Amino acid sequence: MKMRGANILVECLKREGVETIFGYPGGAILPVFDALYDADIKLVLVRHEQGAAHMADAMGRVTGKPGVCLATSGPGATNLVTGIATAYMDSSPMVAITGQVRSYLIGNDAFQEADVVGITRPITKHSYLVKDVNQLARVTREAFYIARTGRPGPVLIDVPIDIAQTETEFVYPEKIDIRGYKPKMIQTPENLDQALEMVHASKRPVLYVGHGAIISNASKALTAFARKAGIPVTTTLLGLGAFPEDDPLSLRMLGMHGTYYASHAVQNCDLLIAVGARFDDRVTGQVSTFAPKAKIIHFDVDPSSVSKNVKADCYVIGDARHILEILTKNVRKLNISSWLDQLAEWKLKHPLTYTQGEHEQLKSQFVIEEISRHCGRGTVVTTEVGQHQMWTAQFWNFTEPRTNITSGGLGTMGFGFPSAIGACFARPGEDVWCIAGDGSIQMNTQELATAVDHQLPVKVAILDNGYLGMVRQWQQIFYDKRYSYSYLPGPDYVKLAEAYGALGLRATKKHEVADVIKKAQDYKGPVLLHFKVKKEDNVFPMVPAGKSNSEMIEGMA
Amino acid sequence: MQHVISVLVENHFGVLAHVSGLFSSRGFNIDSLAVGETDDPTISRMTIVAKGDDRILDQIMKQLDKLVDVVKVIDLTKDEMISRELALCKVSAPAPVRSDVIQVVNTFRGKIVDVNPKTITVEITGTESKIDAMLELLRPFGIREVVRTGLVAMSRVSDGYKVPPPPAGVYPESNIENLESNGKKKTKKKKLAKSKK
Repeated sequence: MKMRGANILVECLKREGVETIFGYPGGAILPVFDALYDADIKLVLVRHEQGAAHMADAMGRVTGKPGVCLATSGPGATNLVTGIATAYMDSSPMVAITGQVRSYLIGNDAFQEADVVGITRPITKHSYLVKDVNQLARVTREAFYIARTGRPGPVLIDVPIDIAQTETEFVYPEKIDIRGYKPKMIQTPENLDQALEMVHASKRPVLYVGHGAIISNASKALTAFARKAGIPVTTTLLGLGAFPEDDPLSLRMLGMHGTYYASHAVQNCDLLIAVGARFDDRVTGQVSTFAPKAKIIHFDVDPSSVSKNVKADCYVIGDARHILEILTKNVRKLNISSWLDQLAEWKLKHPLTYTQGEHEQLKSQFVIEEISRHCGRGTVVTTEVGQHQMWTAQFWNFTEPRTNITSGGLGTMGFGFPSAIGACFARPGEDVWCIAGDGSIQMNTQELATAVDHQLPVKVAILDNGYLGMVRQWQQIFYDKRYSYSYLPGPDYVKLAEAYGALGLRATKKHEVADVIKKAQDYKGPVLLHFKVKKEDNVFPMVPAGKSNSEMIEGMA
Repeated sequence: MQHVISVLVENHFGVLAHVSGLFSSRGFNIDSLAVGETDDPTISRMTIVAKGDDRILDQIMKQLDKLVDVVKVIDLTKDEMISRELALCKVSAPAPVRSDVIQVVNTFRGKIVDVNPKTITVEITGTESKIDAMLELLRPFGIREVVRTGLVAMSRVSDGYKVPPPPAGVYPESNIENLESNGKKKTKKKKLAKSKK
């Protein structure tokens, strides 16, 4: 059948099972918008392209299938860049489609022209500039395949307007064979036996679990493996939810703001089993003193993650779920009670704490713990970036995978609110919470219009301390309290919500917190909850950047 | 340590930018880079000379391999390899010293490709060190300009690197061949051949 390029693109999206895409129109992408006008794919009209990218990213994280965002050439495409980089750093499957000027004008500095393939080259897993309409179906098919397989990531398709307008015979490629891209489930099975031997020989093992465990849907396999062998589990920020935190084997999060017991477990273990984690500097601290007594086993789908920062003594390249399922069959219960006793003692002596007096000013930690308590297991929570993000990691009770949506690698402020909107489309009918700081939320408030437009059950808790809290914390500790441009007064958030047609709520006292949370849950549409919290509060424990995990600061005198 | 890496890539626009961009964004240094088509016109071969310790080389190889347009990455330094570089050198050679210059060139089996009253242009092929040595001896005469191709290299032992068939044959169960330019050409050629018979 003869079809225009734009219709071919939309048809390919349908065949990939795409139901919702996020986008914003403009000149060069108009043929695609025209094709969407009567297609049975829903386009969510955002208010800024950055929002579209974060929403698509969240869709990918919650469902595991690539989220799709759509923007026009030039400024539309460059507005996606932060969102694409965010998805790339966190291995989130995404397909970004951008319009481009007419193919014969490319390179001529045409109106709204930008070399978006060039701009995004270092922040995409792969990118395509379509120069022949006959390649469009193949390119789209490959883009989705590349985005979701192996170590997932964003793939960009740049479509010049004349390509979208040209008619051709539509032929859908049933098979994919990219000669430079052949991800296998397990590439190095020969190392599995060695890994198992090392596990059995260890006296003080720890599982260090990252986003890869969630991406590969390895949660069940991981839980089975950890419980069968009796190995304690600590997760990275993005690994939260891979292992139930209410399990006695959970050590919660490790790293810069991780728990005392997780950090000390890693520093004292004799075997560190990394599962889909990449030894990021926020986890290792000073690399030379990281896990000094441990042999390292690394399971990862990306060979370039292995021995990049910390040398692995044994590695298996492959899908974490497949690897763990094989290991679970063969692993024995370890006799490591003295190690577990030691960890239990650290847990008891050095828990995550804060105090919240009845008449004292609200603490962010209390608000987050209250919201977590009011939400059922499996509620999706997104965060912005900063202190509230770390407190959410510490005090939210994560028990299920794909419920913790946060920008870990790039640390993108402005990610949380749009990603909560994206999550609402991924989990229709369910409440999605966004924990935000007053700094981050102001980066993308325009998406309130999108949320109200679709009457989404998105509940945004703004923890307002008047500061860029994490910046202020660093200035307090490392820059002698010189609070250089980190104080930023914000708007009246209740009025802001009302101006957009959302519900605005406010709490300043401890006893009001539960009440506004319940009100937010009873309200069907979007809600902004404004919590006035303590101004100068700090996230502890803390490992100063570049220092050893053993030099953790537990609190200020 | 210096490494010679051979990279087989899709012969597309943008691939060179992707590979060189990877080196710069990851902070790897390239000493030289030479690119050309292989006997399979859909594949280009890049010969990259880069410096770095084992850890850096390991990362370079893995990061290159991750690129979708990279079909194969080979560290030639591991095997015995044959490597050559070509240089053109324009050197001052007025009549009084011309025979001296020619003598140096002949010693290195260089080829004189252009002569004018003031200069001689020499073509020399060989290992990097041979070219360096000749340039060193020509330097006192006054080198006007030098162009070097960068190293090209292949393994002595391997029979070459088999590349899977081009994309035209990739989707056997669909009619994709009709869409591929490769496929079109082939069918046309066949028809032509038949009509000739």
